[in-house]
Amino acid sequence: MLTGAAEDGDRAELDLVTLIVARSDAPQSATPEQATLLGLCIAPLSVAELSAYLNLPYSVVTVLLTELLTAELVQARAPIVRQALPDRSLLEAVMHGLQKL
Amino acid sequence: MDFKSSDTITGPRTEDHLPHTAQAAVKIVIVGGFGVGKTTMVGSVSEIRPLTTEETMTQAGVGVDDNYGSESKTATTVAMDFGRISITDQLVLYLFGTPGQERFWFLWNGLFEGALGAVVLIDTRRLEVSFDVIGRLEERGVPFVIAVNSFPDGPHYPIEDLRAALDLAPEIPIVECDARRRASSRDVLMTLMGFLHSLALTGSLT
Repeated sequence: MLTGAAEDGDRAELDLVTLIVARSDAPQSATPEQATLLGLCIAPLSVAELSAYLNLPYSVVTVLLTELLTAELVQARAPIVRQALPDRSLLEAVMHGLQKL
Repeated sequence: MDFKSSDTITGPRTEDHLPHTAQAAVKIVIVGGFGVGKTTMVGSVSEIRPLTTEETMTQAGVGVDDNYGSESKTATTVAMDFGRISITDQLVLYLFGTPGQERFWFLWNGLFEGALGAVVLIDTRRLEVSFDVIGRLEERGVPFVIAVNSFPDGPHYPIEDLRAALDLAPEIPIVECDARRRASSRDVLMTLMGFLHSLALTGSLT
């Protein structure tokens, strides 16, 4: 059984581009998949990237991450989402970044 | 579903690690029909080799599509390619390519939620895919620009003819591009950001 405790479908609010960072090394009690996930996000990594590197669908990764979030083994950094009125300074920052490409 | 053992999993290369200061990400979606150049565009501007995330669809194929004869209920794996551009030490931009056909719209739920906007990538040889996509984006209130990927054997239409054919409002930008070229793909993204910026200035919503 891969999904352990999160069976009942309570999942954390995770976007494809929520950044995940490990808060600590894998504890002794970590399952192999938890240990692998923790190893992948020693530096911030999006849920989409985790899904790609693990070869698991996004929906499965969110279940695994929910466990790790509950156990406070990872930190989730929420994305900046589009507001009804776009944030001009954000857009300007993105444009500036793209110009450097 | 099997979990691969950790020794078969290759994580990001060290040079692909984001800095620890990376605080938040934003996303842009590139949508279009098959073979229109979505993955090419993602790859030409991405700082990492494009990656693929998959989702499984278990439902009857809906919508009409020439290449889709089966009416039976099947589980189909749909892949989305994506790439990444570091904007600053704090901010990261992700680009997702997603198919435009109606039967893949189930993918759109998590994808367009919160996305800054979309690029509708168009192949003038197959304009029809774009109609539904544009209508759907308008319904969802996702701001978008149109990028025409130039194929050597594709018919060339004046921009205003395309605007009329696609029934687009005059303020929606239409640009031509060569998705293989980084500068050209970057300019498409700049056009989208400029359009979003103009929406922010006028305070209007699409």
